[in-house]
Amino acid sequence: MSKFKKKQGNELPAISTASLPDIVFMLLFFFMVATVMRDSSLMIENRLPVADQVEKLDKKDLVMYIYIGKPSSSYTQFGTEARIQLNDKFAEVDEVQAFIASERASKREELVPFLTTALKVDREANMGIVGDVKQELRKTNALKINYTTRQGDISQNRQ
Amino acid sequence: MAKRAAPEVNAGSMADIAFLLLIFFLVTTTIETDTGLSRKLPPIDDSEQDVIIKQKNIFTVLINGKDQLLVEDDLMDLDNLREEAIKFLDNGGGAGDDACSYCKGKRSPESSDNPDKAIISLKNERETSYAMYISVQNELVAAYNELRNRRAMELYGESFTEMQANHKDVNWVGNKTKLKEKIDGIKKDYPQKLSEVQ
Repeated sequence: MSKFKKKQGNELPAISTASLPDIVFMLLFFFMVATVMRDSSLMIENRLPVADQVEKLDKKDLVMYIYIGKPSSSYTQFGTEARIQLNDKFAEVDEVQAFIASERASKREELVPFLTTALKVDREANMGIVGDVKQELRKTNALKINYTTRQGDISQNRQ
Repeated sequence: MAKRAAPEVNAGSMADIAFLLLIFFLVTTTIETDTGLSRKLPPIDDSEQDVIIKQKNIFTVLINGKDQLLVEDDLMDLDNLREEAIKFLDNGGGAGDDACSYCKGKRSPESSDNPDKAIISLKNERETSYAMYISVQNELVAAYNELRNRRAMELYGESFTEMQANHKDVNWVGNKTKLKEKIDGIKKDYPQKLSEVQ
């Protein structure tokens, strides 16, 4: 009769890990949805200055980015003066207007008045090139701009 | 003869694959949003009409090519700029129609009439460094924000920055149109007239 006797095991049953993939997938989907990939790789040095009276720049799809800075170490053939980068390539000042026009064309018409130009300028750049870009933006009537900065005390700008 | 059960696929490595993907997305995720100083550029005006502005209503700030700060043609330290800008904006020296009832300044006839007339003109040279320019912009915006906060505290008992944050907050309970009116009222009391000269 002992054949049907229940086994009197004292050891605890192993915890089932079958639901582990589900948990991991849940996390995975969260990060997949939350991820925004950098759309352009930077070819310039871009150490932003610091300010503390900042406003948040939300609605990322309504922002046009203009990068200005010294070509980074792998692009030294372009010189050491600060240059403009639009999308994935270096540009001259007179290409800014065309860039704004193409950005506007890619957005829905009713959203065009809300477009903001974010100037991501390296702290070491000088105002000459920034002034030129600002003048170009005025010519093409893109008047809403944002000087992108990091948050912090302005005394860090002097270093 | 016993029916053979289909062998079960081993799903033990599923978690590993998922972890690999998870780590990839974890590394590439950027959730933070950009912050910065928002400004509005003046439109290009073809019509050459000179608006006459009294010299006393203009506060000139020049950053020269050596990153030195010249306020009203005098050399000044960056730390004093905010205070000086507030003194200028809040002066309220006007009389009659130009009088400013809420200003707390010295009411000197040499300085600005009221905050609506007061203009800060920020000039820079081509060699000015961007970091310095942003520092100065920051101080000037801070001067406006400080005055607006003070005004909001007087009128509504909360700071202007708080009111703006509430207006943006979707979870805030309260009358948003009323809040917007209050914000616009304060903006009208202390309008940001900061001109960037080329």
